[in-house]
Amino acid sequence: MKIHEYQAKEILKKYGVPVQDGIAIRSIGEFDAAIETLRSRGVTQFVVKSQIHAGGRGKGTVFNKNNRQEVLVEGGVKFFGGNVEKAKDFASKLLGNILVTHQTGAEGKEVGTLFIAEGLDYKKELYLGILLDRSNSKNVIMASTEGGVEIEKVAAETPEKIIKVWVDPLAGIQSYQARELAFGLNLKGAAFKDFIKFITALYKAYEETDASLLEINPLIITNDDRILALDAKVNLDDNSDYRHKDYEALRDLNEEDPLEVEASKSNLNYIKLDGNVGCMVNGAGLAMGTMDLIKLAGAEPANFLDVGGSASAETVENGFKIILSDPNVKAILINIFGGIVRCDRVANGVVQASHNLKINIPVVVRLQGTNAEEARIIIAESGLNLIPADTLKDAAEKVTKAMKVNA
Amino acid sequence: MSILANKKSKVLVQGITGSEGTFHTTQMMEYGTNVVAGVTPGKGGELFLEKVPIFNSVKTAVMKTGADVSVIFVPPGFAADAIMEAVDGGINLVVCITEGIPAKDMVKVYNYVQSLNRDGRSVRFIGPNCPGIITPGEAKIGIMPGFIHMKGRVGVISRSGTLTYEAVDQLTKLGIGQSTCIGIGGDPVIGTRFIDAIKLFHEDKDTDAIVMIGEIGGSAEEEAALFIKKYVKKPVIGFIAGQTAPPGRRMGHAGAIIAGGKGTAAEKMKVMRECGIHVVESPANIGIAVKAALDKNKAKNKAKAKGKTKDKSGKKSAKKSVKNSGKKEKKLIDKTAKKVKKAENKIKKAKKKK
Repeated sequence: MKIHEYQAKEILKKYGVPVQDGIAIRSIGEFDAAIETLRSRGVTQFVVKSQIHAGGRGKGTVFNKNNRQEVLVEGGVKFFGGNVEKAKDFASKLLGNILVTHQTGAEGKEVGTLFIAEGLDYKKELYLGILLDRSNSKNVIMASTEGGVEIEKVAAETPEKIIKVWVDPLAGIQSYQARELAFGLNLKGAAFKDFIKFITALYKAYEETDASLLEINPLIITNDDRILALDAKVNLDDNSDYRHKDYEALRDLNEEDPLEVEASKSNLNYIKLDGNVGCMVNGAGLAMGTMDLIKLAGAEPANFLDVGGSASAETVENGFKIILSDPNVKAILINIFGGIVRCDRVANGVVQASHNLKINIPVVVRLQGTNAEEARIIIAESGLNLIPADTLKDAAEKVTKAMKVNA
Repeated sequence: MSILANKKSKVLVQGITGSEGTFHTTQMMEYGTNVVAGVTPGKGGELFLEKVPIFNSVKTAVMKTGADVSVIFVPPGFAADAIMEAVDGGINLVVCITEGIPAKDMVKVYNYVQSLNRDGRSVRFIGPNCPGIITPGEAKIGIMPGFIHMKGRVGVISRSGTLTYEAVDQLTKLGIGQSTCIGIGGDPVIGTRFIDAIKLFHEDKDTDAIVMIGEIGGSAEEEAALFIKKYVKKPVIGFIAGQTAPPGRRMGHAGAIIAGGKGTAAEKMKVMRECGIHVVESPANIGIAVKAALDKNKAKNKAKAKGKTKDKSGKKSAKKSVKNSGKKEKKLIDKTAKKVKKAENKIKKAKKKK
């Protein structure tokens, strides 16, 4: 699960990680109060930062939500010094409008929350990240003197500028490892000492929150030699939900596709894509394979949908509803490999659902495994717009054919 | 022979009294798996299906029954503990079916097992989030449908469940049996990686060809491919699911995610091809590609037996096939597919005559 910068900073603060101060607001009416509170904490310069689940905000463009041609302002993050009026004007242009960055795609993201933060003068930007290294199943801490740019770019162009330290999960982070990172970043004096504390607290936060990624980019050294997180990105491991009851509150449904939210309510694993052939599959690997098959058949997959190991009539009907809510879908491919589930039961579910939902686009149904033959007969004799398919190859060919007839 | 599991395997089920455990233990026993014990803390002394003794701990179960393989069906919050209990109880092969275990727990388990192995143990754990392993006709230790499998000489390794069933089904329908099929699991941290399973099949003299079914995320396929290039002489057929998956999204499996531009299907397929693996683009062609590779091998062996080909020319053609593998693969698959269709039509005609 992705969370916003301001939420990440709240979490880090709890662990004693120094972060840029700030207050999140959801309407322009809260702006003045936020400024007052920050002033009372000694803040004199201000930054307005849009909160969306994507990077590249500073270099993004803000479009009018009601007129997508109109550019309201360039940049989704801006420094205003002490000029509160200008900051407020900027904030009012961001809230409720669409921010497009190189990570959001052309459709952009609506800015629902702003982080009104303290403006800091700093002399150095660094990079710090913690994540799982899948090649050796250990957490790796990465640090670089090249802060403020994408780490992927640094890794591709100057990999020698990234220092990596792997932490043994049974021993935890050691002081010598923290020092190795600090020396690698050329830190000295007070900054060196502060960094050791910083990274130790940060690693603790990573471990205890079950994060899957924790990135501080940039980590800054201020003009008065303090080390703090200017930005913070935290991804949480979805599998750990059950032991962090408070995480549900961090979820921002506005950041998710409405269809995906709807699907998750019925326990369906659905991801919306841009294509024209919807698919419903049991199992994640087979679902991805089916998407690939659709592409090879000359169409584009409209979604990823895994209905899980036990596909029942109810899940099939819910799956249909979600797929059909996407107006781009011109045909549907159902691909269920019945191992434990019986195909004839799934077939009955498909027939019942297509009857209830009055589906009028072609549906290619491929059921394989237990009782596949019976299932085929049920589909063929349903009198509905259901096309039975035998093998995967057969299914692909029938999808191609259905798309041609429809075109 | 096969790898990891056979009819002598004495299987212990952790979480035997839960709904998943009960259902799948029954299925495993029906398949003929030698289930010798169950473990559910607090239910020690009871019997499962009136014959399998249930124990409170793995340690006692192993002591009393000599169990040597454990399969785990406990919920995600208790699964990491269950794996460690199995390992400490003396089990050397642990198969964890459970889906949804936090990565942090698995990092701990993985490194714990590694440390035991450094101290001289030889523990292997498979999964989590996997269908398990099956040696057709001998033992089914997991949740796969047994009936689609057939005893034979092709090894199958996969990160996915149902996609493996699909591949196995294609093989069986072409009359190609399997030595052992291993579902290694769809999580980012797994006990047995492609390279580990490939090594086992490489050494197994009763496996003639290997199928590896990967997916987006991580670089385990590439790691295995480089090993294959260096050591494995048996034909390897590969497929990568997720060629159309968008970056940054978790595609069902926790491990199936393209992160920072890394772990794409295109990259994996490229490396695999460069390493001499027969990579198919369509999941519909896995079975056919295996048949093509086996037929080619047979022809080569025949020719060798006749003494027509010298070693040198064999090497040359291998190099060539790496170069234009994509196109060549397609041709070979088409050819074999035609052959299969012909044979199928013959059978159909024969049936009609009857």
